[in-house]
Amino acid sequence: MNDNSYLAVMERRNKIIKDSMQINYQDFENEGIGFDYEKMMASTGFTLAEVEKIQLENRVGKTPLVELKNLSKYARKFAPKGHGARIFIKDEANNLSGSFKARRAAVSVYQAKRLGYKGVIAATSGNYGAAVAAMAARLGLKAIIVQEVYDSELIGQPEIIEKARACEAYGAEVVRLTVGPELFYKFLLLLEETGYFNASLYSPYGILGVETLGKEIALEALNNYGKYPEVVIATNAGGGNLTGTARGLLKAGATKTKVYAASVNLTGLHMASDKDFNKKSFTTGHTGFGIPYSTFPDRSDVPRSAARPMRYLDRYLLINQGSVFFITEALALLEGMERGPAGNTSLAVAFKLAQEMKEDEIIVVQESEYTSAGKHLNAQLDFAKKRGIKLEFGNPLLEIPGKNIIFPKSAKEIAYQELNLDRLRLSYLKHYKGVSLTKKDKEYLREELKLTETEIEDLVKKL
Amino acid sequence: MILKGSFVEIETVILTKEERAPQVPVDTKSVPLLMRSKGILLNSAKLGDEVVIKTITGRKEKGILKELNPAYLHHYGNFVAELLKVKEIIKVETGDLNE
Repeated sequence: MNDNSYLAVMERRNKIIKDSMQINYQDFENEGIGFDYEKMMASTGFTLAEVEKIQLENRVGKTPLVELKNLSKYARKFAPKGHGARIFIKDEANNLSGSFKARRAAVSVYQAKRLGYKGVIAATSGNYGAAVAAMAARLGLKAIIVQEVYDSELIGQPEIIEKARACEAYGAEVVRLTVGPELFYKFLLLLEETGYFNASLYSPYGILGVETLGKEIALEALNNYGKYPEVVIATNAGGGNLTGTARGLLKAGATKTKVYAASVNLTGLHMASDKDFNKKSFTTGHTGFGIPYSTFPDRSDVPRSAARPMRYLDRYLLINQGSVFFITEALALLEGMERGPAGNTSLAVAFKLAQEMKEDEIIVVQESEYTSAGKHLNAQLDFAKKRGIKLEFGNPLLEIPGKNIIFPKSAKEIAYQELNLDRLRLSYLKHYKGVSLTKKDKEYLREELKLTETEIEDLVKKL
Repeated sequence: MILKGSFVEIETVILTKEERAPQVPVDTKSVPLLMRSKGILLNSAKLGDEVVIKTITGRKEKGILKELNPAYLHHYGNFVAELLKVKEIIKVETGDLNE
């Protein structure tokens, strides 16, 4: 009989994860602090062409890249002469189960089946749950989704309740928990009990699945508009969306395309706080995930995360909740596309960025997601009001997460805040404070943080 | 009495307050970690009884019987006047786009 106390289960986590994925993460470890990221990514054995085939057979991928002509014109109204880039959106809501997460699930669940597992388990409160459930349904595997849904009063986040419903629609079991990072403990117990595959969002399969998204964007822009996009912007939480997209862009030759991250600014709300949980009007794509996962990717449910956004991103921009809701409304009203809202985070930032770019330049918002009861701006705003959060009009930059939601009085006022990348890099490096770094360690850090040799030397000195 | 074979929802304490992880904030540490799961009731029981259910994947879970025939009651929310104002702003600012 196993000791199933919290500490005992956490102590055997590496074995549980290894048995549930058949990936020996030790194989990729270097001496010192680093590991061989590309070796890990190559260990899946899948080529990108094989991934595309798996996805297409399962109604995933080859989503349309749509030019948002009216929204682009709207942004141009506030741009200096000759400015106002063309805004495109990759309409990922067209994937099986309604989001880009289907790309990640397709490869993970396929691999589970290939290895002979009878079922899959994923720890996720997001669209990934429905993605895994739908793919498992197609491949005849069982699925268990572990979600953080409720506060201690058992009041659930409407957005997550909807996601649970979607998982159940595809035949999955949904294990629904109150707030707390110990979700991982129950997740490990379930893996042990069932012997199912860990369909982690952070496995190499999960990231490889998104590479097709980046490749499609690059090639569709090139073939239809004669060039790679100047900018691709990704909503950032755990980092996999941005990482996979950036890798796909590079593989398709779009080496000069800039990759930006966007998150909803929820600064001040603690992610593991019972009281803060239902004060959030976004349950993903926000700074509460985006910043910690960027500055310490290996905090995830696998020993080495394949989602490593700092390797790829060129800028990291924050937007307030009110602006994302505003742009969600504009997308429906001007383009006839009811999507999001969480998936529209990068769109809100792109609206402002477009005004700073030249009018012949292209900015691609790389995802959209389905919308539904609970997971809808009206539902989220009504829920916020009931929790005492004030809905106001004014300067969006003055929004205080958990206290108010500020809509712009004009689309002209939509503005982002820029995160200083060196500050993010420093908080990444703090994990190695006091460690004497070898030459090999520094090479690893250079790749991790996208820096030159001198830049990393300068930054390490600031520690 | 809720009959054996009914579709129900149960609640289980996964970690008591005392067992919670050291890194969780004080407010979270002052409440237990709870789980809700759905499945088929294996023995007839009353609300509040400790029962065992069989989930859709065939697993068994033990917990306190909380609900018979758990439903989806989430919705689009009540009317939000501020959204109507957002719509108005967008309409006014874009009235000339297709001219």
